[in-house]
Amino acid sequence: MKGFSHFVSDTLVMARRNLTMLVRVPQLLVFSLVQPMLFVFMFRYVFGGAISTGQAGLSYVDYLMPGIFLQTASFGAISTAVGLAEDKNKGLLERLKSLPMSRSAVLGGRVLADTTRDGVVVVVMLLIGFAVGFNTHTSFARVVAGIILMTIFGSALCWVFALIGLSVANGETAQAAAFPILAPLTFASNAFVPPSTMPDWLAWWAERQPLSTTVRGVRALMLGTESSDYVWGSLLWSLAIMVVFAPLAIRRFRNS
Amino acid sequence: MSAPAIVADGMRKTFKSVVAVDHISLEVPKGTVLGLLGVNGAGKTTMVRMLTTVLRPDAGRGTVNGFDVQRRPQDVRRSIGLAGQFAAVDENLTGRENLVLVARLNHLAKTVAAQRAAELLEQFGLTDAADRPVRTYSGGMRRRLDLGAALVTHPPVLFLDEPTTGLDPASRLDLWAVIEGLVHDGTTVLLTTQYLEEADRLADNIVVIDKGRVVAEGTAKQLKARLGDTVIEFEFASPAAAAQAAEVLSTTVEAGTLVRVVMREGSATLRNALNQLDAAGITPAHVALREATLDDVFLTLTNRTPEGE
Ligand SMILES: Nc1ncnc2c1ncn2[C@@H]1O[C@H](COP(=O)(O)OP(=O)(O)O)[C@@H](O)[C@H]1O
Ligand SMILES: [Mg+2]
Repeated sequence: MKGFSHFVSDTLVMARRNLTMLVRVPQLLVFSLVQPMLFVFMFRYVFGGAISTGQAGLSYVDYLMPGIFLQTASFGAISTAVGLAEDKNKGLLERLKSLPMSRSAVLGGRVLADTTRDGVVVVVMLLIGFAVGFNTHTSFARVVAGIILMTIFGSALCWVFALIGLSVANGETAQAAAFPILAPLTFASNAFVPPSTMPDWLAWWAERQPLSTTVRGVRALMLGTESSDYVWGSLLWSLAIMVVFAPLAIRRFRNS
Repeated sequence: MSAPAIVADGMRKTFKSVVAVDHISLEVPKGTVLGLLGVNGAGKTTMVRMLTTVLRPDAGRGTVNGFDVQRRPQDVRRSIGLAGQFAAVDENLTGRENLVLVARLNHLAKTVAAQRAAELLEQFGLTDAADRPVRTYSGGMRRRLDLGAALVTHPPVLFLDEPTTGLDPASRLDLWAVIEGLVHDGTTVLLTTQYLEEADRLADNIVVIDKGRVVAEGTAKQLKARLGDTVIEFEFASPAAAAQAAEVLSTTVEAGTLVRVVMREGSATLRNALNQLDAAGITPAHVALREATLDDVFLTLTNRTPEGE
């Protein structure tokens, strides 16, 4: 029992330390908004006019924004890899390992901080979405549920990136290693365009991979255009990713 | 006699094909300082990592403050402070926040943590810089903060991995004084260093390691005695002559034109050396005899001169 209460308190202490850095170096937060904002601009105003949602009464901006949110939440998980790789590089993880703290809390605190940040950034993007004409078609509670669903998905990805961060030498490598994982998730998906126009093999992937499932779940919650089954599908994906990657990351941390 | 504060018994660690630590055993009696001396890559850090529970040994046993490093790691962690080879402090936090972080992760209550942080900042002369991000600290300040972080819980056993490497002479003297103060108060210290001067000044006992193995151990005095306590220094007119002489005497040239030979067989060593030089037709410009320093011992033991075999 003492072990668990230490895990909780150590996780909070570590999360707070990681979030402090975000306040000290606000550029980090700003940078994480630049990419999704660029995508909003490109897809909403440049390509958007040429893309059909294929669903009557569904405007492209409404179709697009849940995809943008997910892109934001997913790319946000990179900071887990970068943060851990930097801490390792600076010898900080070494010091933490010599302390009588909960070892899982080192990763737990990192993921908690990044998940919190992810949630904040998604809310900011939601507000930006409203500014460019995004409309939710459901209740406030369902919109909040959508934000939570995305944050859970982002948090699951954080565990994947924790494993990556602990496996590479430094922050830059972590950054470079992240892209090949995120690209097929975010771009080969239903986030920006309906997969119906893609070649069959790609459409097959883009219809059912974890990020697409979550986008559908969010559309179900915020727009009501998809079945609520996708909400459960997304939760299952997130759970599966965590169940696989959290133990792998923790083991990696213990053994490295 | 109470049990030693640190015991290593046949500890071993390999990384792929590299044997970093090859069956090292050592003991550090309570309240004493052990200097673990070795060149870069000798295995010092790996040894410290195993004894501080950061790295699991492949073989052998380690005990710190009476606790087995593998079976009772949490008890070991509660007994030790570790200041690693590179100051492991968070650049974006202030000095105070760094200390409070470590204190909190040692499960000290908030108020106690804050109080302890203030004490340590004072002790290490960092009070004025306490609320500045560590990013703005000098190398010496970072080292002091790092050492402070290792001392948050008043640990009875302290591990210092190359505590003064990269510091300017003044900061080094400062840090030595701090370490001596801790030892005076009864802390047991295992200190790694590449500097003989440091081991000579701080350590009660010295263990010299090379390529993961212990090559000598004892007090500074014993190590010097073991080798013969006199060194012959030949000075030559030109680097070329020195190089030739070094070859004849199967040793190496130091500082351009200086060749050193340790007198292991008393005056016979001197006679032989002069005969060998004479036979090769080289005449030294200057010959001097002086007392051996730990440097000579170290260079000999770590095989940097062929006479150490
Ligand atoms: N994590 C590691 N992976 C691979 N090799 C390592 C690792 N740590 C140390 N080594 C190797 O083990 C040897 C001893 O290293 P180390 O203990 O760091 O020596 P020292 O601290 O005395 O300089 C070196 O050859 C080093 O390259
Ligand atoms: Mg080292």
